[in-house]
Amino acid sequence: MRTPFDEAVTRHGGTVLRVCRAVLGAGPDADDAWSETFLAALQAWPDLPADTNVEAWLVRVAGRKAIDITRARARHAIPTDALPERPTALGVARDDEVHVWAQVARLPERQRLAIAHHYLGGLPHTEAARIIGGTPESVRRAAADGIRALRRTHHADEAAQSARTAHTRKEHPDA
Amino acid sequence: MRESTALGDSTETPTDTRTEATDPHDAADRFDRTGAEIQQVFSLEPGAVDDLRTRLAQTAEARDLADVAYRTLDSPVGPLLLAATPLGLVRVAFAREDFDTVLQTLAKKISPRILEAPDRLDTVAAQLAEYFAGTRRAFDVPLDYALSTGFRQTVQHYLPHIAYGHTQTYKEVAAHVGNPAAVRAVGTACATNPLPVVVPCHRVLRTDRGLGGYLGGLEAKTTLLTLEQAA
Repeated sequence: MRTPFDEAVTRHGGTVLRVCRAVLGAGPDADDAWSETFLAALQAWPDLPADTNVEAWLVRVAGRKAIDITRARARHAIPTDALPERPTALGVARDDEVHVWAQVARLPERQRLAIAHHYLGGLPHTEAARIIGGTPESVRRAAADGIRALRRTHHADEAAQSARTAHTRKEHPDA
Repeated sequence: MRESTALGDSTETPTDTRTEATDPHDAADRFDRTGAEIQQVFSLEPGAVDDLRTRLAQTAEARDLADVAYRTLDSPVGPLLLAATPLGLVRVAFAREDFDTVLQTLAKKISPRILEAPDRLDTVAAQLAEYFAGTRRAFDVPLDYALSTGFRQTVQHYLPHIAYGHTQTYKEVAAHVGNPAAVRAVGTACATNPLPVVVPCHRVLRTDRGLGGYLGGLEAKTTLLTLEQAA
């Protein structure tokens, strides 16, 4: 690549963050995966062929970085008899924006990985399947099931939100 | 972090870095990847990416990964783009040059490892602020003349010797650099000065005291000369 690396950060920074969050939840792990992705990309940038699909390439790197972090997390986990209560371990619902990531974190891992690589990252099913395992068809299904569940929650939230707003208006017509 | 294997592990990395053609299964239930739904449902809080970019710039600096760091700066002659290599300040650009174009050129001529990393430019930004406030008469930062060669570079090396508040003609500069006939070439050297303001090509005028030309526009040249007269 002979174009400024900074442009790639501007253009794809959001997509890469979504991919990292879908795999790891919103928080320091996803932030680390994002940083490691772009640091590795910065290093490799001049040697990257000019016709590279930069977004797809970054998504692959991000997927690997996120999986590295998942494995490191598993290695460092301390086995205990009782499951600790960790309702906020993945994606603390600080506000509405982060809320969706808490929803994503509650999906089965396979759906999260399929959403990350295929839906958010834009990789074809066949390639997503090579990365996360299983058949392209199973990746398609996992992504579709996950998105359907999220859409349901999202629209239910929106409906609840507008119902609340309508209710408030009725109670306080002058407001 | 398995830094070195991340991109080089041939068992994990597809050798073909281009995206393959979309497989036929996709067509039937292709999601809306135009971005509208993704941006709406998978929203990121404002500043999330910016915070990460700041951190990226700092880590890249610490690991010597950014070949060119840049930032922008507001000034009385409009926004300026400042870019530096590890050797020193390599480019000062005016908004009318179009910053995107300037960065593209830096990517081609120096290195595409370009990052917005303001820290490397703190010193020069502070000195420019003092200069525009009228409290600084000379710049004391390392300069990287990588963008110019030969006679042009000779002229650009000479220009800081023209004192603050003074001017010389293209003809006088030609004589000073030992090539009195090269008046036109001095004009070209000034017009292609990659480090305007800091390397004061604005202090060079025509023999009839006309302004000549200026990369930042004649208005900017006048502003700088007036500033130096007033201080």
